[in-house]
Amino acid sequence: METRAFQKIYTKITQITKATCSLQATGVGNEELAMVHGRLAQVVKIAGDNVTLQIFSGTEGIPTNAEVVFFNKPPTIKVSDELAGRFFNAFGQPIDGGPEIEGEEREIGGPSVNPVRRKQPSELIATGIAGIDLNNTLVTGQKIPFFADPDQPFNQVMAMVALRAKADKIILGGMGLTNDDYLFYKNVFDNAGALDRIISFVNTTEDPPVERLLVPDMALTAAEYFAVDKKEKVLVLLTDMTLWADALSIVSNRMDQIPSKDSMPGSLYSDLAKLYEKAVQFPDGGSITIIAVTTLSGGDITHAIPDNTGYITEGQLFLRRDTEIGKVIVDPFRSLSRLKQLVIGKKTREDHPQVMNAAVRLYADAANARTKLENGFDLTDYDQRTLSFSKEYSEKILAIDVNIDTEQMLVTTWDLFATHFSEAEVGLKKELVDKYWPGKN
Amino acid sequence: MSTKSNLTVGKVTGIIANLVIVEVHNPVSQNEICYINHEGTDLMAEIIKVMGNKAYVQVFESTRGLKPGSVVEFRGHMLEATLGPGILSRNYDGLQHDLDVMEGVFLKRGNYTRALDHEKLWDFKPLAKAGDKVEAGDWLGEVQENSIPHKIMVPFVFGGNYTVKSVVKAGQHKIDDTIAILTDVKGQEVKVTMVQKWPVKKAIRAFREKPRPFKLLETGVRTIDTLNPIVEGGTGFIPGPFGSGKTVLQHAISKQAEADIVVVAACGERANEVVELFTEFPELEDPRTGRKLMERTIIIANTSNMPVAAREASVYTAMTLAEYYRAMGLKILLLADSTSRWAQALREMSNRMEELPGPDAFPMDLPAIISNFYSRAGFVYLNNGKSGSITFIGTVSPAGGNLKEPVTESTKKAARAFYALSQQRADSKRYPAIDPIDSYSKYLEYPELQEYLMKNIAEDWVENVMLLKNILIRGKEASEQINILGDDGVPLDYHLTYWKSEVLDSVILQQDAFDQIDANCPMERQKYMLYKVLEVYNAEFSFEGFEEVNPYFKRMINQLRQMNYLSFESDEFAQNEKEFHKIIKERRVA
Ligand SMILES: Nc1ncnc2c1ncn2[C@@H]1O[C@H](COP(=O)(O)OP(=O)(O)O)[C@@H](O)[C@H]1O
Ligand SMILES: [Mg+2]
Repeated sequence: METRAFQKIYTKITQITKATCSLQATGVGNEELAMVHGRLAQVVKIAGDNVTLQIFSGTEGIPTNAEVVFFNKPPTIKVSDELAGRFFNAFGQPIDGGPEIEGEEREIGGPSVNPVRRKQPSELIATGIAGIDLNNTLVTGQKIPFFADPDQPFNQVMAMVALRAKADKIILGGMGLTNDDYLFYKNVFDNAGALDRIISFVNTTEDPPVERLLVPDMALTAAEYFAVDKKEKVLVLLTDMTLWADALSIVSNRMDQIPSKDSMPGSLYSDLAKLYEKAVQFPDGGSITIIAVTTLSGGDITHAIPDNTGYITEGQLFLRRDTEIGKVIVDPFRSLSRLKQLVIGKKTREDHPQVMNAAVRLYADAANARTKLENGFDLTDYDQRTLSFSKEYSEKILAIDVNIDTEQMLVTTWDLFATHFSEAEVGLKKELVDKYWPGKN
Repeated sequence: MSTKSNLTVGKVTGIIANLVIVEVHNPVSQNEICYINHEGTDLMAEIIKVMGNKAYVQVFESTRGLKPGSVVEFRGHMLEATLGPGILSRNYDGLQHDLDVMEGVFLKRGNYTRALDHEKLWDFKPLAKAGDKVEAGDWLGEVQENSIPHKIMVPFVFGGNYTVKSVVKAGQHKIDDTIAILTDVKGQEVKVTMVQKWPVKKAIRAFREKPRPFKLLETGVRTIDTLNPIVEGGTGFIPGPFGSGKTVLQHAISKQAEADIVVVAACGERANEVVELFTEFPELEDPRTGRKLMERTIIIANTSNMPVAAREASVYTAMTLAEYYRAMGLKILLLADSTSRWAQALREMSNRMEELPGPDAFPMDLPAIISNFYSRAGFVYLNNGKSGSITFIGTVSPAGGNLKEPVTESTKKAARAFYALSQQRADSKRYPAIDPIDSYSKYLEYPELQEYLMKNIAEDWVENVMLLKNILIRGKEASEQINILGDDGVPLDYHLTYWKSEVLDSVILQQDAFDQIDANCPMERQKYMLYKVLEVYNAEFSFEGFEEVNPYFKRMINQLRQMNYLSFESDEFAQNEKEFHKIIKERRVA
C-alpha cells in the first residue's frame, strides 16, 4: 500500500501499549488504516485529537518518534476473477509469489444484507457422510462450525466436505493455522484438481496473532464478490475461530475494556455474529455457506467462545472417537443442523425426518443401557438389543468414512430397525412403517 | 411535546465504536434523537448520557470513517414510533424503518425509509360525533386494515379533556388528512389526523384499569396450555441453552396463538429465522380466521448483524406498536427473541462508557429495565369499557446455559410464567423441551383463571392439571430409584409409576412442531387426550415381572402417539383409539 505525496506524516507517539499506539492527529476517520513504523495499523478510538491505533503485528520496538501515516480508508481488498487459485496473507497480499490482483477495491467487513432480500435456504449440500447428510443435513446459505478438540481430524473432514460440496468457489480463511495444516489443505485441493476454485487467506502460527482479525472479513468480502456479482455458490471455510476470538480478546483487554465471561470482550456475540451472518442465500442463486472450526478446550462448550458461537450459528457438528468401533463419528446427540428441516423429507425421501429421529432415540436408549451396565446392573433383552443396534449404527451410519447417498442411508437404517426391534419399539408413523419396513411388501 | 424551531447543533469530538461524544452548548435532553452528518449521510443516534457540554450518543449505525468535527443536529424529541393504519403485515427494522422499500441488497447507512404509506387512501368511518367529550386514546373513527377494524384515536400525547368539534364524514382519506377537530378546555382547536407519534420508551397509558389477567390464551402447545397456561395479558419467558428449541417454540406460538395481532421482535438473533417468517407467513393460514398469517403480523427485524444499538430500540418499538393496537380493544401477542441480546447491547454500551459494572458486567439497573418492560404488557379495560391485552413472551439465552445469570434472574422476577428449556430433553429429542417440573405458571394459582378454566374447559380441570404435575414428579422419583437400585432392585410398582409418567410425557408433553397435525392442538383435543392419559394412570395393571412392563407401555405410547398424528375424530383416529382400548384391556385388572 503506497503512501500518497500529500499525506501528512506524524512523528510523535504519545502512548504505546502492547497492541496499541496513540498520537495527536487531526482529520482521521474511525476504523481508518494507517502505517506505523512500517507496520499496518487501524484506528480504534478517537478522543478529540488523540487517536488510538491498533498495531496488527504488535508494538515491539516501535519508537516514540516513529513515522505514522494515515491512509484515509478502512482495510480493503481488490476483487476480481483473478482471485481464484491464489493464496494471500491476512492483509490480502499475495504469498504465492504471483502478481498483485487487479480489480475493484472494496472495503472489508461491509454492511449486512437486508433480511428481506434474502431467500430461505433450500438447497441441500450432499457430503456422503451419513452422520451429516442423514442426521445433520447441511444447506447452502447455512453457517455451521465443527466443535472439536484440537486433536480431532476436523481439518480432514472439512476438506472432504468442501470438495464434495459442489461449490463454485471454496474460500479458505486460515487463522493460526500450523504450517503443516496449511500445506495439508494446499495438497488436498491440489490433488483433487480443485486449486483453480480455491482462494486462501492464511495467517499461520508464525504470523502475529492480531493480524488474524482481518482474515474472516477478507475471506467473506471475497465471497460476497463471487456470490453477489457472479451469482456463484461459495463455500467459506474458517479455521480456527477460537484463535480469532483469542486475538480479539488480546486487543480489547489491552484497550482496558471490561472483560465479560472468560476474559472475552462483552461484544463477542456481536463480533462473531457480524461474520457468521454473512452466510446467505440470494434469490438469484448466489450463496455463501460458512463451515467453521471452533476448537474446544477440554470439550467445554460452556466457554464463552463456543457458547456464543452456538447461539449464532445454525447448528454445530461434534466429532467423537467411538472406542467400540475404533473410528471417528459425528456425534448424533450434540450435533445439530438447524436448517435440516428445510430440506429433509422435502428434497429427500419423505421418511427422512422420522427415521432420523427414531434412530437417534434408540441410540440414546443404548447409551442408557451402557450406563446401567457400568453401574453393575443386569440388562434387559431390550437393553441388549439397543446395544447391538448402536454398534452397527455407529459403523454403518455415523462413522465419517461412510460415503453413501441419502436414500441408501435410509435403507440401511430401516434394515437396522428391522434387525433389532419390533415396529412398536421403533414407534414410527404407521403409514411409513407400512411402506418402508423391510419385508413388508 | 415541543418541537424546536431552531435545531440544536453540536460537533463530534470522540469516537469509540458506536459510542460518539458530541460537544454541544445548547440544552439537550436525555434520550433525545440526533443525526450525525457523515459526508452527506445522516446517521441516527440517541443521547444516553450528558456530562457538562458533552453528550454521549449511541449511534444506530456503523461509525466507520466518521471524523471529529462532524456536525450533529439534535431533534428535540426522543425515539418515536409512527402510529397509524398500514402497520400490519410490514417488516420493519428496530427503528421502524420499512425494510421492504429500502433499495439494494445491502443495508445502506442512513437509508431511512418511512414507516407508513402516506399516499394510500383508507375508507374512513366516523365513530365519534360533534359534542362528544373525549380524551387520549378515545376512538374517533375507524378504517379497515386487513381484517382488523383499525381505530383512529385521540393522540396519546393529548393531555386532559377535549370536546369533538367535528369529525369528517365517511370517505376516503390519506393518513395525513385531518379527520377531526377537537377543542381543548381553553377553547383552543386542535386537528387530528390518522397518524400520531409516541416515544417508544414510555408506556402508553390510555386505559382505565389493568385488572389481573384471567382468560386463558390458547397456544396450541399442550405442555403450555394444559400444564402451565399463559393468559391474555400475561407475561412469560423461555430461557434455554442454544439449540434447546426457544425459537421453534416461539414460532409455533406465533402461528397458532389465539390473538388478533402478533408482533414479533427478532432481536439480535439469526437472519434466516426471520426469513422463515417472511417466507411462510404470507402463505400460512390463521387456523381461526382462515386469513393469511401475515395479515395479522408485524415483524420487527433487528438481527444479530444489524446495528447493536438498534437492538434495544427494537423491543421498545415492538412494545409501542402492541400498545397502540391494544388501545383499539384488540388481543395482542408480543414475542421477543431474544431479550438477552438486548441486555447484551446495554452491556456493550455501558462498558464503552466505563460505567461501574454490575454482575457479569451488565449495567447495574438491568433488573429495573427488564421489569419495567414486562410491566407494559397486561390486560386492560379501555375508557370505553372495552378490553384489550398484550401478552408478552420473551426468550432468554443464558450464557453457558446456566440459569444463574443476571438476565434470567431479573426476568424471573418480572415474568409470571417460566418455561425452562432443558438441554437433556432437547438432547433426547423430547420436544418441546420445556422441563415440566422446573417450569411454572403463576397464573394457575390465580382464582380468576381457575374459575375460567373450570367454567370453560371442565369442572375438574385444575384438579387434573395438579394431578399431572404430581404424576410427573413421582415418575421422576421412581426413575431415579430404578437408576440407583437397578430394574430388579425396586418393587414392580416403581416401574408402573415411571411408565405412567412416561405415557403422560410422550403423549401430552411431547409434540412435533413440524407435523402438520400434531403441531397445533386445540384445547378440545388437549382435553380429550388428557382423559386418555388419566385412564391409563387410573388403571391397575397386572404384570408377572418388570420385564413385561417396558414393552407393554411402549406399545401403549406408540398407539396414543399415532392418535396425535391423525385428524381429530377422523375414522382413522377412532380406529386407533379402539386399538388403544384393546391394549389397555389386555392387562387391566381394575
Ligand atoms: N418442537 C420441536 N419439534 C421438533 N424439533 C425441534 C422442536 N424444537 C426444536 N427442535 C429442533 O431443535 C433445533 C433448535 O431449535 P431452536 O428453536 O432454533 O433453538 P434455540 O432457539 O433454543 O437455539 C431446531 O432446528 C429443531 O431441529
Ligand atoms: Mg433461537
